[in-house]
Amino acid sequence: MSILINESTKVICQGFTGGQATQHCIQCIDYGTQLVGGVTPGKGGQIHLDLPVFNSVKEAVDATGASASIIFVPAKFCKSSILEAAESGISLIVCITEGIPTIDMLEVKVRCDQLGARLIGPNCPGIITPGEAKMGIMPGDIHLPGKVGIISRSGTLTYEAVKQTTDLGFGQTSCVGIGGDPIPGTSFIDVLDLFEKDNSTQAIVMVGEIGGTAEEAAAEFIQSNVTKPVVSYIAGVTAPPGKRMGHAGAIIAGGKGTAEDKFKALESAGVYTVKSPAEIGKGIAEVTGW
Amino acid sequence: MNLHEYQAKQLFREYDISVSEGLSASSSQEAEKIALSLNVDKWVVKAQVHAGGRGKSGGVEVVDSLEKVKAFADKWLGKNLVTFQTDEKGQPVNQILIETVTDIDKELYLGAVIDRASQRLVVMASTEGGVNIEEVAEETPDKIYKAEIDPIQGPNQLQAEKLASSMSLNEVQTSQFIEIFNGLVRLFIDKDLSLVEVNPLVVTSSGDLICLDAKINVDSNALYRQEQILELRDPSQEDPREASAAEWDLSYVALEGNIGCMVNGAGLAMGTMDIIKLHGGEPANFLDVGGTADSKRVAEAFKIILSDENVNTVLINIFGGIVRCDVIADGIVEALTVMGVSVPVIVRLEGNSAQKGLKILDECELNIIPASNLEEAASLAVKASNGDIT
Repeated sequence: MSILINESTKVICQGFTGGQATQHCIQCIDYGTQLVGGVTPGKGGQIHLDLPVFNSVKEAVDATGASASIIFVPAKFCKSSILEAAESGISLIVCITEGIPTIDMLEVKVRCDQLGARLIGPNCPGIITPGEAKMGIMPGDIHLPGKVGIISRSGTLTYEAVKQTTDLGFGQTSCVGIGGDPIPGTSFIDVLDLFEKDNSTQAIVMVGEIGGTAEEAAAEFIQSNVTKPVVSYIAGVTAPPGKRMGHAGAIIAGGKGTAEDKFKALESAGVYTVKSPAEIGKGIAEVTGW
Repeated sequence: MNLHEYQAKQLFREYDISVSEGLSASSSQEAEKIALSLNVDKWVVKAQVHAGGRGKSGGVEVVDSLEKVKAFADKWLGKNLVTFQTDEKGQPVNQILIETVTDIDKELYLGAVIDRASQRLVVMASTEGGVNIEEVAEETPDKIYKAEIDPIQGPNQLQAEKLASSMSLNEVQTSQFIEIFNGLVRLFIDKDLSLVEVNPLVVTSSGDLICLDAKINVDSNALYRQEQILELRDPSQEDPREASAAEWDLSYVALEGNIGCMVNGAGLAMGTMDIIKLHGGEPANFLDVGGTADSKRVAEAFKIILSDENVNTVLINIFGGIVRCDVIADGIVEALTVMGVSVPVIVRLEGNSAQKGLKILDECELNIIPASNLEEAASLAVKASNGDIT
């Protein structure tokens, strides 16, 4: 079992013929993803990576029956690309691109919700169901099919959590990078809910970081809705206030969004927290007895 | 990206948001000329820096003669202003804002920000302006009234009226407030702002609303489509190392410790700082080399890290996803060779092409200490920074 994607999910790629997209689509295909085509306006009719290229998402969906799209287009075109996907009946959109203006995301989020499309990202590593399929830029070989669900705001910290749960032999059901932007398409709560309902997921890792109150909201949700053990690490205990730490979202503003606040909220919701990013795997062993 | 108060007020004027009359000057002669042209006998003079707390630090004064305007300009132009929001060096003052004085009856607060919880642009207003609004938000949050702006419908008049009535504004002030509210929302969206703060928004003794201060932050991701805003950038207010890092698409923040860090990914970079601290060490910086690091950028990252003279150890932590570890390894070897780096360099490589990368480091003749995981990397770095490994 898995959440969001599996080996039979039909996927297209927007921005298909670009350099980054090409490199990562090859890796997705190698991993087992059912990539069925791609979209690059003006290049419709061409063949790329042995797959058809279309001028629009609508044409791609009509011809291939795809239900998911991974987006690599430059930030300035992302708003229209995401909306195009949502309006063409794509139900799962993964946007890898970073640097999308926040004002664009306000409208994108509302429109995706109205159209019933789930957006993962932007500014994220994507999602993977180990052993089946991936829509993202994560290195496939550190993953292992298994029983831990992983959610994270940070790309490379997700890999850290994956590596540790793989090394200990626990493996993962699915891993979702929700991205480090202020307005993500999918929240911790959305993914926690999916993992709670997924029978194969037996424990959950949630990796947060400073800034915003998404972790506090997640803590509240966990307290009343999640029965599975949750292990959490929050990055940025040492980050000074008022400084943006790389991610657009990672800033402690007006005394809000500190790592201490988040750890406290999670602990009082019964979450097992670890203070070191090297102890995520150990935390899972601790709470599950595996 | 931040704007100066005088720049923010200029934008306010373009959006029919009422502000005091005034102009900025970059010399004391110009300051005197502006003061004279305002045709009043009292002025507010304000040092322009990208930091709050100017009033408490002598950077804002009310003066009653042209000589005093000139003296204020002479005192601050070319100097640094230190406030509780700056570091100990302070921020350079290159502009002085000279304005007419407003007689204040009441001080209100008006702000707009992207609220992540509601995923909306939220306009906030309060009758508790002038004081530390963060304290008000903390202790009496019910005194801050909010309006969430629908991203598709835009603002509506009812929202502005409701805020006005919460602040007990009279009819004339309410219609002035609606104009300010609408202008503020239009400005925010048109110019891709991430924060606007007017503290205080005042009711003058004649009963009118005027913005006495103006703070604007702009969403850096949107600068590609904001030519007018881009021209307002003031590099003198930015940390030179952070600015030079940004030119190379490196994200760098200076800290106080002695262990220089080079990491890929913002989250892992913060995580690396955290684990150094847990091992009893002190990180010297946050540095994210990003997803497309090549040997040139690794070399630049080294330069920036080592330009901090407190650094006595460097910890490189790369978990290759997009980034290939062998490319990073080549960059490390090249940079160390060219720059003649003498401090111990601890390297942890994992993920994409990690084995190839480790082989490159193993075969070079440089002082590189490999670590097989994050825990070990942090522990080695802290030992090295204490002089226990050389």
